[in-house]
Amino acid sequence: MKLLTHNMLSSNIKGVTNGFPLKIEAEKIIERPVEINPVFLKNMFAKLEWKPLVEASRTMGFSELPEDVPDMSVLDSDEFLQKFHHALLEIHLEEGALVCPETGRKFPVQKGIPNMMLHEDEV
Amino acid sequence: MKLKQLEGLLGSLEQFSHPKIELEQYPTGHHIASRMLFSAENSFGDIGDKVVADFGCGCGTLGLAAALLGAEHVIGVDIDVESLAVASANAEDLEVDMEFVQCDVRNFGWRGQIIDTVVMNPPFGTRRKGADMDFLSVALKVASQAVYSLHKTSTRDYVKRTVLRDYNASSAEVICELRYDVPKLYKFHKKKEVDIAVDLWRFVPK
Repeated sequence: MKLLTHNMLSSNIKGVTNGFPLKIEAEKIIERPVEINPVFLKNMFAKLEWKPLVEASRTMGFSELPEDVPDMSVLDSDEFLQKFHHALLEIHLEEGALVCPETGRKFPVQKGIPNMMLHEDEV
Repeated sequence: MKLKQLEGLLGSLEQFSHPKIELEQYPTGHHIASRMLFSAENSFGDIGDKVVADFGCGCGTLGLAAALLGAEHVIGVDIDVESLAVASANAEDLEVDMEFVQCDVRNFGWRGQIIDTVVMNPPFGTRRKGADMDFLSVALKVASQAVYSLHKTSTRDYVKRTVLRDYNASSAEVICELRYDVPKLYKFHKKKEVDIAVDLWRFVPK
């Protein structure tokens, strides 16, 4: 699971009002290089929740993103784009769990696939 | 990529080895899948550089087609972990990137407007009534740009009326009518193969 996917997933348990962001528990992390697409990154920048991305990437062992939401102008910097690209699309959570921020319920992640299935009493 | 080439690649994919009837698991044929994604990209520009979700992705045919046509990020959502394993192996074989989430589409939790386009071949709702409409309702909330879906031609008027009135669609258009060959997968199928008429729809959310 890439952190772009993490940035849009939310816990949908009945009664939970704010299931985002899911906390990451990482057991195995892998990196897979993909080609950078600056146009796509600029488009995503506007749609992302920045702090959850910073926090998630730090949990995954990458702490090079600025803490506060950077100004749009950073998107002109190749160095920034490279880091942003790496955090968003190249780091994968292979084994571990996603934890609902309200209830603490764990959604396991195995072979890179989060299991977001709800139990009967959670629907 | 040319249509023929796309169709050829999709034709090589692994499909369900033990299909589950309760989930209405039928493979999306490579003929239909290639045409569906090819028109989404070439007539509407809804795939290339986009974030695409494949709802009820099964073995991943539609999502992988999107990846082959240049989608930047593809997420397949399915309830069945065995299908997701096949889909994941298919992605590796094609050397494309696709993400997977195991989830009942009806309970899919997401935030924001990251997903541009949803593509899906939903269960037609013959085993569990209304399953295709449940998928459509969620897809139209999740997608910010377009939803491509297959529905039985016999339900055309109902689909149109419902999405415009209840599901937040601003437009609903049948792009073409296709023949869906349902191979004899299950014991209760008496005929060797049947053809059903299905519509390829493009919906635009409000």
